[in-house]
Amino acid sequence: MTAVFIDTPKRLVDVEIDGVAVRVPEGATLLDACRAQGVDTPTLCYLENLTPVNVCRVCVVEVEGSRTLVPACSRKAEPGMKVRTDSERVRTSRKMVLEFLASSADLSLASADVQRWIRSYGADPSRYGDPAPDHEAGARDAARPGEHEATSGSEAETVKQPVKYDNDSYVRDYSRCILCYKCVEACGEDAQNTFAIALAGRGFDARISTEFDVGLPDSACVYCGNCIGVCPTDALMPASEYHMRQNGTWDESRQTVTTTVCPYCGVGCNLDLHVQDNTIVKVTSPLESDVGHGHLCVKGRFGFEFVQNRATEE
Amino acid sequence: MDLRLSATVPATAEEREAVDGVLGPPESRWDGGQRTAADAHVAFGGHAARSRRHLLIPVLHAVQERVGWISPGALDYACERLTVPPAEAYGVASFYAMFRTTPSPRTVVHVCDDVACRANGAEALCEQMSKRFGDTPEGAEAARPGSANGSSANGSSANGSSANGTGVISGVTWQRSPCLGQCDRGSAALLQRAGTDRPRIALAPADPDRIRQALTDGLQPMPEPLVPGAGAAIRSDDNKDGAGGPPAPGGSAAPAPRLLARIGTVDPASLASYRAVGGYEMLRRALALGPQGVLREVRDAKLLGRGGAAFPTAVKWEAVAGNPVRPHYVVCNADESEPGTFKDRVLMEHDPYALVEALTIMGYACGAEQGYIYIRGEYPVAEARLAHAIAEARARGFLGDAVAGGGFSFDIEIRRGAGAYIAGEETALINSLEGKRAEPRNKPPFPATHGLFGKPTAVNNVETLLSVLEILRIGGPAYARIGTENSSGTRLWCLCGHVAAPGLYEHEFGATLREVIDTAGGVRDGRPLRAVLLGGAAGAFVGPDGLDMPLTFEAARAAGVTLGSGVVLVLDDTADVPELLRRITQFFRDESCGQCVPCRVGTVRQEELFARLARGEPRGDVATELKLFDDIVSVTRDASICGLGQTAASAVASAAKLGLIPGAAES
Ligand SMILES: Cc1cc2nc3c(=O)[nH]c(=O)nc-3n(C[C@H](O)[C@H](O)[C@H](O)COP(=O)(O)O)c2cc1C
Ligand code: SF4
Ligand code: SF4
Ligand code: SF4
Ligand code: FES
Ligand code: FES
Repeated sequence: MTAVFIDTPKRLVDVEIDGVAVRVPEGATLLDACRAQGVDTPTLCYLENLTPVNVCRVCVVEVEGSRTLVPACSRKAEPGMKVRTDSERVRTSRKMVLEFLASSADLSLASADVQRWIRSYGADPSRYGDPAPDHEAGARDAARPGEHEATSGSEAETVKQPVKYDNDSYVRDYSRCILCYKCVEACGEDAQNTFAIALAGRGFDARISTEFDVGLPDSACVYCGNCIGVCPTDALMPASEYHMRQNGTWDESRQTVTTTVCPYCGVGCNLDLHVQDNTIVKVTSPLESDVGHGHLCVKGRFGFEFVQNRATEE
Repeated sequence: MDLRLSATVPATAEEREAVDGVLGPPESRWDGGQRTAADAHVAFGGHAARSRRHLLIPVLHAVQERVGWISPGALDYACERLTVPPAEAYGVASFYAMFRTTPSPRTVVHVCDDVACRANGAEALCEQMSKRFGDTPEGAEAARPGSANGSSANGSSANGSSANGTGVISGVTWQRSPCLGQCDRGSAALLQRAGTDRPRIALAPADPDRIRQALTDGLQPMPEPLVPGAGAAIRSDDNKDGAGGPPAPGGSAAPAPRLLARIGTVDPASLASYRAVGGYEMLRRALALGPQGVLREVRDAKLLGRGGAAFPTAVKWEAVAGNPVRPHYVVCNADESEPGTFKDRVLMEHDPYALVEALTIMGYACGAEQGYIYIRGEYPVAEARLAHAIAEARARGFLGDAVAGGGFSFDIEIRRGAGAYIAGEETALINSLEGKRAEPRNKPPFPATHGLFGKPTAVNNVETLLSVLEILRIGGPAYARIGTENSSGTRLWCLCGHVAAPGLYEHEFGATLREVIDTAGGVRDGRPLRAVLLGGAAGAFVGPDGLDMPLTFEAARAAGVTLGSGVVLVLDDTADVPELLRRITQFFRDESCGQCVPCRVGTVRQEELFARLARGEPRGDVATELKLFDDIVSVTRDASICGLGQTAASAVASAAKLGLIPGAAES
């Protein structure tokens, strides 16, 4: 939460990032300290409006005296901590995390930052060989915990599978899923409190799922799309965008983004309208918005058809 | 919370009965019962129902044992009763290997093909199983889909029919299993028999005939408690009809057993028998010493945890005892699932009252009124004996409101695991106790401050707790004088694999690896030793050159190995090491919780790599593979959340160092 409290001033904590003294407020994380220092720190499962789950481990840093590397996104700065963000160990771990993800999931729609990190850390997913053939629809959802098909090792296992398209609002392309837990947090305690989706299965077969993999229309989903808003790889995508991408008409260079206020109710969430060729193609909400912190409800996110209907009737 | 339920077929009467058997009957329509007039005016459920979330796993066990799988209707009913969102409950059910979420034969036979059983013909047994139970399973109905064709790394698939809620397929299926904690008995199986009065049977040694017998006429599967070995100071375990020879006598100079003193001499079903040999005297002593006095003895004893991490027990207890937040909890970690480990099972099966007494003392010292024993689901005999011991202790005033008349109140509940090695990691265990997926928590904060239900919690291994009884018996300083300066006391070693007399052996710290193996009669049939897997799958290989290493924490650290859970898996020159390494990598892939990337994907890439090496078809050459492996080792060790990922590559990496990987030496 970014609500502004009028509070007694926080105590300050002195830490050292790559040999440089940095002072941060008590309670700040090492990631905050790195960012204050302008140190580029990759993150995948971290988002300002969600509780840190520290599962992707791409943000790890070396803290003097610690046996293992620590996740910068969730570890609180403690007085006197000496942190290295660019040691050999840190670079290797970050490279490997990116390499593991790139070799097992489709990161092609992940942000430009992610693409840059993949390059700068030298992640090379081809080291694991050719990807194994995609899974059939439902196969990963049927996997039983503690068992898996024997592997010959000649191909690299992936999470690739057909897209789940079972409702009019959005599609779930779990071939792109890096299991960052963000959508689960957004659907649950951190925003929506609907709990339509959760982690199912375990190990490499762990996946985001409704109960028994029932379709979204049968699940508790209310189509708020907050899961879409937080997904770092576009595994979750509005149907409007999905169709245009399928048809080859999606073109971000021709899109403008207009920030406005949702017209539906008195909460007044901020909306970013993504417009291409004078048509709204997607609605998002700015993370830094004090109203909804990037989260919306079904009306704000998907209820924009009436705008274009009027445009065509005129 | 409004629950949206999705099952198209509601829970059957049988399923509701199973759930209600754990939770009691529902109060109203609000939690799944009949609608009453009052329902329109008063809301039940809410916080009261959600506070019972921790009962989700016991409820799932009840349904699984009754009908053989968790159907959508049964899950919905459990969710209604506990106000848990179905997606979350499905996430829990699909995490644990003993639960099935698709229609399944009522009988599932799990056959161990893990590291130790491998040395005792597990492959041959699996082949026989395919023949006997594979394509024409006995007692199966025609509708049974799938068959045991060995197509998946962990055995047969009984899938194939859709989860349409139409019910259960009766019949038998079998599958391969990771270590079942019976490694000293030659070969091991676990039978899940839903809908019977003995829904879980541990069978060892196992062969198709005995399995069939157990399925049809309820063969008494476990050997009866040991008769004491003839004056043996160091006693072998109950491998009566196992592959090994007779228990090795400990020789006249051998010290008296401490942890194993009562094994085989006390009736595990009789409190009187336990008390006749001094049982519950240590609790009296503890009450006389006071909580601070107990903490002092444990500190003076320099006791280090026996669960694998070797953490000072006193530090943990003092942190919990001194925490002003209430209540406090104490937990005994009896999830023992490290491949090759069976010590805690032996202790619990043969000396259950001792664990109950020790946990009571722990609760007293830590200021807790509630203790839990989290025991792996594959240990039905140990669980039953513990349950009996707890009930009897309660009846005799050793548990309850005024323990031993001593004015403190304490009780113990058993919670059963459901097939997940990771649930033995202490923060994952705590999540599992709370009714969640056994995903480890990030540390800090540690359980001593934020443990079970967010309260101060101490977690200890079974062997650690039994050591506390010995500490109180002889006094902390005296205990510290046993063993070495930095490794005090005695330790149990799980001798298994190609060893003459597999079993559980107790030694003072400082005995060398060679001595420990020699006490068990040395390598089976006098064959040459190839290597020892020390500490389990998360441990390390030691070559014949390392046999003179004293088994102490400090010597292990210096040698870059670990004592782990006390596994001494002996491998002779016939061992198929590359295949063994591949099996170890398969284990970690299967048991990773999947939470963090280094472990979730790293264990897959590691298994693929060792599958290539086992087939003798490296990508590029072996040197290229080992370079890739180096990177995998780095990221899993450095960046994983918990000990599983951090040690997933340890054993295979140590094998590489010892030159046990073919082709590696040349490169
Ligand atoms: C993957 C994993 C599995 C573990 N399994 C067990 C187990 O089955 N039993 C156990 O006592 N400790 C196990 N541990 C160690 C526990 O986390 C914890 O350190 C231990 O229960 C503390 O008790 P102790 O101090 O008495 O050893 C495991 C640790 C990891 C990382
Ligand atoms: S759209 Fe909203 S309710 Fe539906 S799964 Fe996503 S976050 Fe949950
Ligand atoms: S679907 Fe997206 S947000 Fe959800 S876990 Fe996968 S990558 Fe993360
Ligand atoms: S290291 Fe493995 S088992 Fe541990 S939290 Fe990460 S994925 Fe789970
Ligand atoms: S961003 Fe820190 S662990 Fe994912
Ligand atoms: S029971 Fe088979 S290896 Fe332990």
